[in-house]
Amino acid sequence: MIDLAALPDQRGHFGPYGGMFVPETLMTALNELSAEYERARRDPAFQQELAAILKDFAGRPTPLYFAQRLTEQLGGAKIYLKREDLLHTGAHKINNALGQILLARRMGKTRIIAETGAGQHGVATATVAARAGLECVIYMGAVDMERQALNVARMRFLGAKVVAVTAGQATLKEAINEAMRDWVTNVRHTHYILGSALGSHPYPMIVRDFHRIIGDEARAQILEREHRLPDLLVACVGGGSNAIGLFWPFLNDEGVEMIGVEAGGRGIQDGDHAARFQGGKLGVLQGTKTYLLANNDGQIQLTHSVSAGLDYAAIGPEHAYLRDLGRIGYDFATDDEALEAFQRLSQVEGIIPALESSHAIAYLLKRAPKMQPSQVIVVNLSGRGDKDVAQAAEILLKGGPR
Amino acid sequence: MANRIDEQLARLLKKGQKALIAYIAAGDPTLDATRALAIAFEKAGVDVLELGVPFSDPLADGIVNQMAAARALESGTTVAGVLECVRQIRRESQLPIVLYTYMNPVYQYGFERFHADAAAAGVDGLLLLDLPPDEDQHSAEFSVQSPLRRIRLIAPTTPPERIAHLTKGASGFLYYVSREGVTGERSDVAESLAERVALIRQHSTLPIAVGFGISTPEQVRAVAAHADAVVVGSAIVKRIAEHGAEPDLAEKVAALVAPLAAAAHAGAQAQ
Repeated sequence: MIDLAALPDQRGHFGPYGGMFVPETLMTALNELSAEYERARRDPAFQQELAAILKDFAGRPTPLYFAQRLTEQLGGAKIYLKREDLLHTGAHKINNALGQILLARRMGKTRIIAETGAGQHGVATATVAARAGLECVIYMGAVDMERQALNVARMRFLGAKVVAVTAGQATLKEAINEAMRDWVTNVRHTHYILGSALGSHPYPMIVRDFHRIIGDEARAQILEREHRLPDLLVACVGGGSNAIGLFWPFLNDEGVEMIGVEAGGRGIQDGDHAARFQGGKLGVLQGTKTYLLANNDGQIQLTHSVSAGLDYAAIGPEHAYLRDLGRIGYDFATDDEALEAFQRLSQVEGIIPALESSHAIAYLLKRAPKMQPSQVIVVNLSGRGDKDVAQAAEILLKGGPR
Repeated sequence: MANRIDEQLARLLKKGQKALIAYIAAGDPTLDATRALAIAFEKAGVDVLELGVPFSDPLADGIVNQMAAARALESGTTVAGVLECVRQIRRESQLPIVLYTYMNPVYQYGFERFHADAAAAGVDGLLLLDLPPDEDQHSAEFSVQSPLRRIRLIAPTTPPERIAHLTKGASGFLYYVSREGVTGERSDVAESLAERVALIRQHSTLPIAVGFGISTPEQVRAVAAHADAVVVGSAIVKRIAEHGAEPDLAEKVAALVAPLAAAAHAGAQAQ
C-alpha cells in the first residue's frame, strides 16, 4: 500500500523527488500558497464553490464513453474513454485553472499569469481570469504560438495578453522561465497559475488534487458500468497532470495497471524527443528535482514532439517517485504513431483527439489487441483536437506520417 | 579556516570602507577573456569577483545576464572549464571569488565533488540561486562539509521570522536582493533599503551585500551608506557584450568598474 497522505511530505518531497528549488524571492509566495491551500481544502465553502463551477461552468462530470467500434477493431480489451475533451475550453486543464483562480481570489491577488505549451492551459487560465474579472498575462513560446495559433486567438478574445517567448527553443520550458521571472517581479499582487504537476512545491500537489476528480469520476463510472475496476489505465505525460489526475484514486487498487505515455518525437536520440524516462537523468529544473533531459554538464537539452503540450524537458516529480515504486509504468509514442492514432480515433469513433492525448491512443492501439475481451482499459482523452487541426492537416495532407 | 572573502571584507570594514562585488558570466565571451577581466578587475579595485557559471535556464536572471550565459555556453564553457579558469586566475591573483549558479550544472557535476574541486581550484564561496536552506538543511545529499562560504539570498518579500532561518547556515556574507524581480539595471534604489538592512543586522553579524539593479557610482554610494558590500552585475555584463570582440576588452570594462569600486570604498564616509 502506498501512503497517499505522505505524497508529498511536509516539505513537498515525493521520496527523493520534488521539493522547493527556487530563488528566495519566491519562497514566501510559495509558502503563502501552501498555507492558503491547506485552509481552502478544509473549507467546505471553498469545496462547494469549486464543485458548483466545475459542474455548471466546466461541464463536469465528463462521460466515460465505451468506444465500441475501436474495441471491435482492435479485438482485445474493452476500451473506455474518459471524455475530458468535452470540458469547457476543450481539455482537462480547466479543472486546475478553476481551483487555482479561487485560491488567487482568497489570497487577494489581482493579476494572473500562466505559461502554456499547447495553449490549452493558457486558454483555461484566460477563461477563468475573465470569469473572475482579473488581469491575465500568458507566456507562450514563439514556436508554440505558431503551431497553436487557434489557441492564441482564443486567449486574446478572452482578454488575456499573450507574450511571445523567443529565448532558447521557444517552447514550454522557456515560457515557464519567463512566467517565473514575471512572478519574481510582481509576486505581491500576482498569482501564477502553473498548469502542470511540476515546478516547486506546492504546485505538483495542488495541480494533482484539482485533477484527481478525473480519476474519482472514472472509478465510480467504471464500477457502475462494469461492476469491476479496470485492468489498465492509460494517459499521456508531459508534466503529467492529466495522468496523475486519472491515476491517483486508483494507486492502491492493486490489480489496476497504469501506463504513462511520453512523447517519443522522431525517436529516442538526443534532441529528438521528450521521453524523460528513456533518455533522461535525475536533476533540478524550474523548482523541482526530477527526471529531465540534460547533457553531462547540466545544460537542459533540446526536446522535440509534434505535440506542444508534451514538448518539455522534465517530468512531474510524483511520476518519478511512482515509477521508482513500480506503481506506474512508462512508455512512449513517436510523432508518427501519435498522428496515426489521431486519424484512427477520428475515423473510427468520430472523436478528434488532441495530439497530446493521441500519444495515449497510440499506446492503446498497440496494447489493446494483446489483452483479453474480458479485460477493461480506461484511456484519458485529456483534450480535443480542434487546436491541432491546422498543424495536423499540414503534416498529414503532405503525404501522411512518414 | 581562513577564507579570502572573510579576510577581504574584514580588512575593508576595519578601514571603514565598503566592498564592491563585480559579477560577470564566466566564459562570456570566452574563458580567456574572463581570466583577463578578473586580473583587470583586481587592479581596478574590485573586492570580490562573482563569477556566473552559465546555465541554459537561468530563471532568476534578466535578459542581460541570460544573453551572457547563452554567449558563454556558445563559446563552449563547461563547469570544469570554469574551475580551470579559477585555477589559472589563482596563479596571478588572490581576488576572492564566489561562484553564482543554479543547481542543475552543480548536480550533474556531482554536488560533493563540485564543492571539493571548486575549493581546490581556489573558489571561496558559492551562491546557488535555486537551493534555499529549506532544501539543503534537511538533506544529507546537499549538506556537505566544505570550506566554501555558503552565500544566502534574502529578498524584500522575506518575512522577518524567515530571516533567522536564512542566516543560520550562511557564511561569507548575506546577499540582500534589493528589488523584487530578476537581475538587471534599475533607475533608482529601493527606499526600504535602510530598514531592511537594519532588520537583517538584528539576526546576523555577517557582512551584508546588496545587489540586483545597481549600476552607477551614485547608486553604489547610496547603497554603500547602508550595506557592507555592493554588487554590480548587469551594467558590467552589458559593457562586456558591447566590447566582447575587442582586444582591449578588459581595460574597457575595468574603466567602468574603477569608479564603482571607488564609490564603494568611499561609501562609509558618505554617510
